[in-house]
Amino acid sequence: MKFLPLLLANLGRRKLRTALTVGSFAVALFLFGLLATIDNAFSGGVEVAGVDRLVVINKVALIQPLPFSYRDRLRRIPGVREVTFASWFGGVYRDEKNFFPQFAIDSATYRSVFPEFVVPDPDWRAFLSDRQGCVVGESLARRFGWKVGDRIPIRGTIFSGTWEFNVRAVYRGRRPQDDTTQLWFQRAYLEEKGPEWGRGIVGWYTVKIDDPDHALAVSRAIDEGFSNSAWETRTQTEKAFAASFVKQMGNIQLLILAIGSVVFFTLLLVTGNTMAMAVRERTPENGVLKAVGYPDSFILLLVLAESLLTAAVGGGLGLLGAELFARRGDPTGGLLAMFFLPARAVAAGVLAALATGLLAGLLPAASAMRLSVVDALRRV
Amino acid sequence: MVRVDGGTNGDSLICARALDKVYRRGAEEIHVLRGLNLDVSRGDFVAFMGPSGSGKTTLLNLLGGLDVPTAGTVTVGGDEITSLSRRQLTRWRARHVGFVFQTCNLIPVLTAFRNVELPLLLTPLRRAERRAHVETALRIVGLEDRMDHFPRQLSGGQEQRVAIARAIVADPDFLLCDEPTGDLDRRRADEIIDLVSLLVRDYGKTVLMVTHDPRVAERAGVVLHLEKGALQEAAHVDAA
Repeated sequence: MKFLPLLLANLGRRKLRTALTVGSFAVALFLFGLLATIDNAFSGGVEVAGVDRLVVINKVALIQPLPFSYRDRLRRIPGVREVTFASWFGGVYRDEKNFFPQFAIDSATYRSVFPEFVVPDPDWRAFLSDRQGCVVGESLARRFGWKVGDRIPIRGTIFSGTWEFNVRAVYRGRRPQDDTTQLWFQRAYLEEKGPEWGRGIVGWYTVKIDDPDHALAVSRAIDEGFSNSAWETRTQTEKAFAASFVKQMGNIQLLILAIGSVVFFTLLLVTGNTMAMAVRERTPENGVLKAVGYPDSFILLLVLAESLLTAAVGGGLGLLGAELFARRGDPTGGLLAMFFLPARAVAAGVLAALATGLLAGLLPAASAMRLSVVDALRRV
Repeated sequence: MVRVDGGTNGDSLICARALDKVYRRGAEEIHVLRGLNLDVSRGDFVAFMGPSGSGKTTLLNLLGGLDVPTAGTVTVGGDEITSLSRRQLTRWRARHVGFVFQTCNLIPVLTAFRNVELPLLLTPLRRAERRAHVETALRIVGLEDRMDHFPRQLSGGQEQRVAIARAIVADPDFLLCDEPTGDLDRRRADEIIDLVSLLVRDYGKTVLMVTHDPRVAERAGVVLHLEKGALQEAAHVDAA
């Protein structure tokens, strides 16, 4: 601590240069945080997927339905604890830009299969008692300013006509990464008001199993049970199902890695150059420090500490900016449901900033350390 | 008592024997010091004079453990410093030598107080103890009222006095001054040399000083001339 005034004084001697270097770190880490947030928004579903849940879809394609009658057959398969289902509604609220998912759900089983979504019991009972009732996620409610008791008109695109829903409950997620941008309503309403062709079918089933270790065996048993039928199934873990969605978007992680690498490499060069200039300017001073008894290792550590402090302050500001940006919510209006900066991204950002600071300071620090006192003093 | 003939004083603080220093520039060898001998007793005030390139600063660097000789030995207070490693030399300098350079080499972003405190940060002294030492050193050089000033807020003479305070703050065995008045006008130079003389006279410091200025050299107890890599017999001996 007693050397802190020297460290801070060194950083303060060229305020503009220090500010610009800190700014470079801040911008780079803001970008890193933003990219990590976007990556998380795309792949977050994979990570939060229940390990004890399987998704059963039509073998032909997800958009092809499955018979409602499969529900009871699925329940009888050994290892299956509970079965629920949902159908994609695909409606539009006011404007097509206002995208959010709407599901017609099996209200009797949905909450037990997805315990991470929390709905107060009285509100849930109100939902069950209203055929036109719906439950909305808290992010969605916040986005449109909805509250319990509001009436929402949604124009159907698959199921034509305008559908009126009464908000009966708002659900929240137990974890920050849980998707709270959905709207659920009772399948009975869809059956009642929907077209003839939509009756007796569901979009997909979600199966809760007894033991995650038996996921493969249960998946096989399900698919074999419906093979050679008119509605063959494809069963996979919820994680694999979510991952296949992400994959459709392309290799986002590679793209983010490439952008991030370029940014950090540029930052390394900029900071390295700055530190080299700073150390070169102070060569005689470092000579004096060595002359009065400061060891070479102290000079090395002093330069490295300066570089690390710059990286830590700039990186911290950048990550703070990214966190504040993410807190404002999904900027795409529904495409990136899980838009938040995950803690592991913050940790990775801090590590990346410190590693860049360390690498950038290493060469100038080593040259300052190696310089002999006599040579340093000669450069007055 | 100062001797340059290789004989011993018996109570020498600094003892250099057969010092050689050779610099190599490519294939060329430059012999700066050749078999130089020197004995300096505690409390001596020695001035080194000589033409540019005669090796005055090189000699000072060797005596202060800033550089190592090509051959020969330097013994200070019974410790042969020429056998110490770079790290050991650094530690030794911190305990035994105070340096004053021609250009003051103060850290421009630190106050006079912080500049003087620098050598003490390497000691186990507590903050209050360090403060007391720094205030004493600044009082000796007459700048106790300037301790919160930055170097840019001080005159050249005041800067050099801060550098002297930094050199004496850890109470070293001896001071090495390399042209301490070289950048100053006559009046400021006299003030600095008065101060150095005071350190010798009142505080018993041993001072070895390089200078080009005969008037400054006159103030030393002993003036030695360095020519062709060797010291000439003492040109002037007087009480400091």
